[in-house]
Amino acid sequence: MSAVRQALPPFQVFIDEHLQPVRAFLRGMVGPTDAEDCLQETFIAALRAYPRAHAGNLRSWVFTIAHRKAIDHHRTTRREQPMADVEQAIDRTNSAPPADAGLGMDPRDSAIWAAVAELPPGQRAAVVLRFAADLRYREVGEALGTSEEGARQNVHEGLKKLRRSAAELKEMAT
Amino acid sequence: MNDFIERLAARASEQGLLDVAYATVDTPIGDVVVAATDRGLVRVALPGESVDDVLAHLAQDVSPRILAYPKRLDEARRELDQYFEGKRHSFELPLDWRLSHPGFYRRVLRATAKVPYGELITYTDAAKRAGSPRAFRAAGSALGSNPIPIVVPCHRVVRSGGDIGNYGGGSELKRFLLEHEHAL
Repeated sequence: MSAVRQALPPFQVFIDEHLQPVRAFLRGMVGPTDAEDCLQETFIAALRAYPRAHAGNLRSWVFTIAHRKAIDHHRTTRREQPMADVEQAIDRTNSAPPADAGLGMDPRDSAIWAAVAELPPGQRAAVVLRFAADLRYREVGEALGTSEEGARQNVHEGLKKLRRSAAELKEMAT
Repeated sequence: MNDFIERLAARASEQGLLDVAYATVDTPIGDVVVAATDRGLVRVALPGESVDDVLAHLAQDVSPRILAYPKRLDEARRELDQYFEGKRHSFELPLDWRLSHPGFYRRVLRATAKVPYGELITYTDAAKRAGSPRAFRAAGSALGSNPIPIVVPCHRVVRSGGDIGNYGGGSELKRFLLEHEHAL
């Protein structure tokens, strides 16, 4: 078909479509406590740049912004990640689950997310985009500025490490 | 989720990033969508119109920076409520005319905005007031394209024969509004 430039949807429609997956991504990247602030920063930045966005790839575009905000967040807060500690995460699983669990952050999964938080940044972002935000490899690559093959590689390496952590977790639990 | 949007919209509005805010008003004729820019009320969508289409057109014709932000529409919602309760006979809202074609069309709509509550004029009157007495057909088209119905009361413009004529929201709605104003 011809290259007619698609019109941008109203920003409200854009948010309705992308809010939940971007929230899931940021929860995986910075933890549930700080995700809401990052989410605000992401969509304010998106709104500012919106008139210049391309209607054809808004999905990877907004994840690129969210990824940048997650990196900014890691730079400015030198604090420990909320769920970086595996044992702490297991404790949390056994005690009361967080009230706003969900969005791919089921309390039963918190140990897994803690392990995700331990991954090198590129692998972590790729794994979270692929599985929490449900992006295709091509979109993961676009969002993180790598090729589709690079994205596949990052997810693959990340999963390999996660499987190792999962095995360790199993041992600890028994 | 609504909390999130509200917080975002408030911040965006503060930073001058929210070009169009909209809200839904629950009225006796159904849900009416109202939208405003920083200049004023830019669009009123009657119940028959698809909200998705209305928003898509606003995105194209004004700006895609659109969010549901009822706070910016507080005054519009209040005045519409009062109108439907019969307590308000004229609107005092600032209007943004940018969605009407400049020139004759806009002159017809501006003239129509001055027709008082409960009074009727004909399409020829409207054309006359816009400066072109013989352009009554064009006046009809201008009124048919009114982006701010009810507040710009195109329902008060009728045919000279006694027939109430067409209306964007359907002639039944036109009759309802005129009966509400005791104009018939």
